[in-house]
Amino acid sequence: MLAIIIEAFAKIGFMFLLIMGFVPLLIWAERKGSAFIQDRTGPNRAGILGIRLAGIVHPIADVLKLVFKEDVVPAERHRFLYAFAPMLVMIVAMSTYVVIPFGDYIEIAGKQYSLVVADLQVGMLYVLAVASLGTYGVALGGWASNSKYTFLGALRATASMISYEITLGLALMGLFMVYGSLQITSIAAEQGTLIWGWLPKWGIVVQPLGFLLFIAAVYAETNRTPFDMSERDSEIVAGYHTEYSSLKFALFFMAEYAHMVVAAALISALYFGGYQIPWLPRPALEANAGPLLTGGLLVGGVLMFLIASLYFRRARREKGWYNDAREREPGFLGSVCVVIGVALLGALVLKPWLLGHAGASLFATFAQTGFFVAKVAFFAWLFIWVRWTVPSFRYDQVMRLGWQILLPAGLANLVITALWLWAVH
Amino acid sequence: MSYKGLPEVVTTTRRNLLESAYFVEIAKGLVVTGKHLVRNLLHTDEMPTIQYPDQKRVYGPRFRGRHRLTKREDGSPRCVACQMCSTACPADCISIEAAEHPDPAIEKYPKTFTIDLLRCVYCGLCEEACPCDAIRMDTGIYEISADNREAFVVDKEFLLNNDKDGTL
Repeated sequence: MLAIIIEAFAKIGFMFLLIMGFVPLLIWAERKGSAFIQDRTGPNRAGILGIRLAGIVHPIADVLKLVFKEDVVPAERHRFLYAFAPMLVMIVAMSTYVVIPFGDYIEIAGKQYSLVVADLQVGMLYVLAVASLGTYGVALGGWASNSKYTFLGALRATASMISYEITLGLALMGLFMVYGSLQITSIAAEQGTLIWGWLPKWGIVVQPLGFLLFIAAVYAETNRTPFDMSERDSEIVAGYHTEYSSLKFALFFMAEYAHMVVAAALISALYFGGYQIPWLPRPALEANAGPLLTGGLLVGGVLMFLIASLYFRRARREKGWYNDAREREPGFLGSVCVVIGVALLGALVLKPWLLGHAGASLFATFAQTGFFVAKVAFFAWLFIWVRWTVPSFRYDQVMRLGWQILLPAGLANLVITALWLWAVH
Repeated sequence: MSYKGLPEVVTTTRRNLLESAYFVEIAKGLVVTGKHLVRNLLHTDEMPTIQYPDQKRVYGPRFRGRHRLTKREDGSPRCVACQMCSTACPADCISIEAAEHPDPAIEKYPKTFTIDLLRCVYCGLCEEACPCDAIRMDTGIYEISADNREAFVVDKEFLLNNDKDGTL
């Protein structure tokens, strides 16, 4: 009993860390990435003892500011729902993740533990059910604030949810028909196999049209550009969270990024093989753990030394620029890189001991989970990249796209998939 | 009724199927923004941003900054209180009170000479108008700050000893 509770808490802890670790990083990536895309430098002032890390310290300052800000509330609000809405949004963002596997299994002391919090057989239905609850938080927050702009934002969020939920479901149905399962772990496991012996059976390979529909619907569900009409500042101030301030606003703000992480995890779990490394299934990983670990440590160590040399070069160049604590930053970061590099290369000496004690199985688990996190990071970055590239759709364009184009395309995708499967079998 | 030979009707081209499917066009846009991103990541120091308080823009010698009053050899102001600058000033920010100069060779001198820096538009017409080269805007100071309005009204003593420290 105790073992089960500890296991569940360990998994939930990892999941929580993954999401809450990504959120400040994504806020940083949003600010710094948008700046670099627009030829600006972005945040680079906040720092701890001169260590600014290209602005990574800024989210800490942001959150501190929001925590200590006055909580201004509208007088005519619905008291309970106004306070409940941001909580609901955050709860939904966190609880969607529980069915997404972040690895195959981990072997500790001879026992195998699956790396998913709740391995539901109807996992995808759970995702669809819980994800649409997120719109309730937005709609309730907009309605409970008792303001025109928040109400308009809530209406738009509801409308886009109704329109795009259908496309989301239709796109996923094609996927279920191919993999024959609603369980995300079995979909992820299936994606590790190869078609014709060389093509990984990823969702994007077997369902290319379905993937485009899914990614459009997911962008609409997470309220990101080009479908950000529920919070468009040029039209309705800030949409549903106009009347929110202080920590309640922070919850809405962080929930947006948590939703992005979950959406990125869904995209990579369903369409990009989840934790599977293409052409390197788990048995191959375990069999070649020795050379792969050597290669990884060597590449990592050399990379760290290269980064360190760049930092030291910067330290020389920036000497005398600021005349304060900031000048120590490149030297300090360079030294940290050298320490990590030495540690990685030193681990080469310990390699037989590492593999002997922890086993090749553990290496395979870490490699797969690391690959999954890398995929999630890429798709989360794609959200930001797209936001700073394309303009938004107008409200009527969003509706037309959803109902007149994506919905028929989703149905057509289903028919094509069905015909193809019928022809194959 | 065409203007300079331009066609009256603006013709728009219809999007073809591939363009209206958006995905290819979005991918093209991603490439464009991605190029900017990578270029700025690799050449951070070539970005046009000036890190303002640490680095400052270098202005030309003709840049009009905060005013100063020039002095004669004996240290008294060159100004003869002729009111040419305050007459020329479009912002009406210079006020001079004239007094009789003890030296009979010089008719007048300014008893007070105040400039309201908040009203000044830094046009340089006072420099142009001055017959004695008594007022100049060549200090190069443009960071002018104070926490009250009164401090921006600067007097003769201040203008005579205007240096480049930037504070009022």
